[in-house]
Amino acid sequence: MPLTIGVLRETFAGEKRVAAAPEVVEKLIKLGFGVSIESGAGDAANFSDAAFTAAGAKIAASASDLLATADIVFKVRAPSPQEVEAMRLGTTLISFIWPAQNPELMKQMAERRLTVLAMDSVPRISRAQKMDALSSMANIAGYRAVIEAAHHFGRFFTGQITAAGKVPPAKVFVIGAGVAGLAALGAAVGLGAIVRANDTRPEVGDQVKSMGAEFVPVDYQEEGSGVGGYAKVMSEGFQKAQREVFAKQAKDVDIIITTALIPGKPAPKLITADMVRSMRPGSVIVDLAAEQGGNCEFTVPGEVVVREGVTIIGYTDLPSRLSKQASTLYATNLLRLTEELCKTKDGNINVNFDDEAIRGATVIKEGEVTWPPPAPRLSAAPPQAKPAAAAAPAPAKKSSHGHGGGGEPMSGKTLAGVFAVGAALFWLIGAYAPASFLGHFTVFVLACFIGYMVIWNVTPSLHTPLMSVTNAISSIIAVGAIVQVAPPLREGVTDRPDALILGLAVAALALTAINMFGGFAVTRRMLAMFRK
Amino acid sequence: MSENLATVAYLGAAILFIMSLGGLSNPETSRRGNLYGMVGMTLAVLATVLGPRVDLGAGLPWIVGALAIGAAIGLYAARTVQMTQMPELVALMHSLVGLAACFVGFASYVDTSIVYEGAEKAIHEVEIYIGILIGAVTFSGSVIAFGKLSGKVSGKPLLLSARHWLNLLALLGVIWLGVQFVAAPSIEAGMTPLLVMTVIALLFGIHMVVAIGGADMPVVVSMLNSYSGWAAAATGFMLANDLLIVTGALVGSSGAILSFIMCRAMNRNFVSVIAGGFGTGGGTAPAATGGAQPAGEVTAVSASDTAEMLRSAKSVVIIPGYGMAVAQAQHTVYEITKLLREQSVNVRFAIHPVAGRMPGHMNVLLAEAKVPYDIVLEMDEINDDFPQTDVSIVIGANDIVNPAAEDDPTSPIAGMPVLHVWKSKTSIVMKRSMASGYAGVDNPLFFKENNRMLFGDAKKMLDEVLVALKS
Repeated sequence: MPLTIGVLRETFAGEKRVAAAPEVVEKLIKLGFGVSIESGAGDAANFSDAAFTAAGAKIAASASDLLATADIVFKVRAPSPQEVEAMRLGTTLISFIWPAQNPELMKQMAERRLTVLAMDSVPRISRAQKMDALSSMANIAGYRAVIEAAHHFGRFFTGQITAAGKVPPAKVFVIGAGVAGLAALGAAVGLGAIVRANDTRPEVGDQVKSMGAEFVPVDYQEEGSGVGGYAKVMSEGFQKAQREVFAKQAKDVDIIITTALIPGKPAPKLITADMVRSMRPGSVIVDLAAEQGGNCEFTVPGEVVVREGVTIIGYTDLPSRLSKQASTLYATNLLRLTEELCKTKDGNINVNFDDEAIRGATVIKEGEVTWPPPAPRLSAAPPQAKPAAAAAPAPAKKSSHGHGGGGEPMSGKTLAGVFAVGAALFWLIGAYAPASFLGHFTVFVLACFIGYMVIWNVTPSLHTPLMSVTNAISSIIAVGAIVQVAPPLREGVTDRPDALILGLAVAALALTAINMFGGFAVTRRMLAMFRK
Repeated sequence: MSENLATVAYLGAAILFIMSLGGLSNPETSRRGNLYGMVGMTLAVLATVLGPRVDLGAGLPWIVGALAIGAAIGLYAARTVQMTQMPELVALMHSLVGLAACFVGFASYVDTSIVYEGAEKAIHEVEIYIGILIGAVTFSGSVIAFGKLSGKVSGKPLLLSARHWLNLLALLGVIWLGVQFVAAPSIEAGMTPLLVMTVIALLFGIHMVVAIGGADMPVVVSMLNSYSGWAAAATGFMLANDLLIVTGALVGSSGAILSFIMCRAMNRNFVSVIAGGFGTGGGTAPAATGGAQPAGEVTAVSASDTAEMLRSAKSVVIIPGYGMAVAQAQHTVYEITKLLREQSVNVRFAIHPVAGRMPGHMNVLLAEAKVPYDIVLEMDEINDDFPQTDVSIVIGANDIVNPAAEDDPTSPIAGMPVLHVWKSKTSIVMKRSMASGYAGVDNPLFFKENNRMLFGDAKKMLDEVLVALKS
């Protein structure tokens, strides 16, 4: 029985986004789901009901109609108590929740026995990036922050020399080089400004430079990276050094964009009243952390204020101000999450707790609060397995038969077995073979290893040329034939059957020559055909 | 040239060979890789000819003559071979290496100018024995593989009823003869066990390859490649020549890894492929397991309908198989690709690791037809994209697109990774008839609702599609 996905109209004041876009609806239907959309849900994002109908969705007249039939509900903002009340028992809800800030809501949803996946709780692992709505929203916020700043800033961003005089370029300083910060950097650089950025995590310096901006480090030794790539609270000494850097920048730049957030904590106050006073009149500060209290002491969340001649923008709805873009990206994030939930593509979902991404996002499962999730597995794998695996195919013959090749390290038992056999073999050889043989044997075993290491890098498309080149190389046997053709004979050897050996050697040489020349020539011919 | 200089030259050649294999890791550097190989080989041959172990006055005419004859034949073959016949050529060339290894082995054995004593003598003789053994197996095995690939020998696996016992017997016989051989007091006395062993080895090589089904040919070809390397390495031990040992080991391990990769691509155990017999369903005849038999009707389409579907598609995936090679249809395929790409249809190729008859066979054919290699994707790269694909065209492939490998645990190819063609909106299978593939397994894909069959010779049908597309 395929499930129905219901998309509610957002009721939060000023919210223009919607949790669906027509092209995403199409794909959801392909996954086997039915989709119904509350009438007018997409109006503010320029998606008409007709566009959704054309994509295959049904239109529900009201929220209560929609919730009465929906098995899965998509939303942007966390639902209101009334909306939760109207949901059927056991409904699955996917939206932003912010469980830490909304304990009452969590309690209410658990009582309705909902299954809730919070888009803000999707873990920050590379596999889950496609469903990371925080990043896609932050990207939009960063872009929009620059546009808002440009709107309130009385000058060009780019420097110009015109007949009417010289225009200096605007200087933009971005605090916090996360997703939003980097997006802001990119937008500001694109408009032609001189852009600098600062972050407590020194490793993002290269990312800043890659966007065409300058990285302004804080000259104080302390590691600023917390779990999952977020920043953490820094020490007093660091904060002092940081303030000095900011104070210096404030005197110099025209626009400051702050994006500094620490998970679960109020935003740090980085721009003091004194710094604002030191800025040139007409400067602009955009505070992306306004919702969490703001990085600037003067920030008023949700409003634009002018203090000391500086415009301070504290909008908390920047993504919503780019409603069509934000809706499309958010809906795509939802789609990717739905794909993970519906591996079978039959319109049914499976909240699989073995999947790290799904486990992290699920804050309530069938009425049971499952938030916070267990700590994410660290991405740095324990390194000790590696050397053992590399040494595993110890006896050369073993590796030649493909044991333990390329894939997972073999189990301890097998490994021990292989080592035991290898050791026994080596002991036998060491005990009985003469020294001259051992030299060759060493060379042989090492060469096997080199071959083993080199060949794993070959792309599958080149397997045929690889075979023909190795085939050509194996005609090195010609060397063996050549030394037999006419060796300088020692004194006293009389009974050597010269003619027979000569015949055999010359025949062998001719055969390998076919191989040698033919093999290289045909490889050449083949490789000449590979083109981009 | 002194002994030391020759040794250094050998070292240089060995390094060049390693760089040659390394260079083949991607298409950009591959040409240089081949060049390194040629330079290395030239260096090795020159160092040997000018080295202390060749009497130039007596040997030069023979050496130059033999090289010239071989070079002429080799270059001629390389120039005239069709790209579709690559597997045959490679198999044939392996056999030459094997035969040469045998010759060198025999020549070394009868050479009375090399005198060893005690353990060294025993080891030397064991080396000769093993060298000839591997050489003979490589030779006869490659000849049969060549026959199978070129259609001169039936592709169906030939299974003797007691084949495992026969193999065991052959192995024991070879060991026993080896003991006799090493113990033999004179060259004449040792010759008999050596010759008998050679015959056994030749028969074993034939038996081994005859028992392997056509679908497993990529494994066999790369395995023989590996054997030819081991034969060179054994010859190296025999002649106490480190360059031969190094090169042989490189080639040997390279072939072994390729075989292993192929086996993994078929979800097949390496040993069981060598032991042979896959492709008939063995003794249990699983192809006819009543309930699993796919049923229903197939929907045939015409070439012009196919062209129509292609024209209205946004995304097309082409899955070539051995049938494309047989029909030599790769150029027509590219013409169609070019035409569709000009109309901004996203055309890509999906290559299954074991498509064709040797590793990478399809890539070479498509490269010959000048298909850019960045639209030629591997199975893992493209398998998830099938649901977004409008039309998939399967050209002369069968087992590698068989959904039974995933759905039906009783299928003989169960567990083998396959291309998910059936997930695309429409799939078109080009086939000559409804016959089953090399694995002898029926393909439920043909009976799927969204599948169409385009019966006929791949080349002829594709030509018609091309004409219809152009009109």
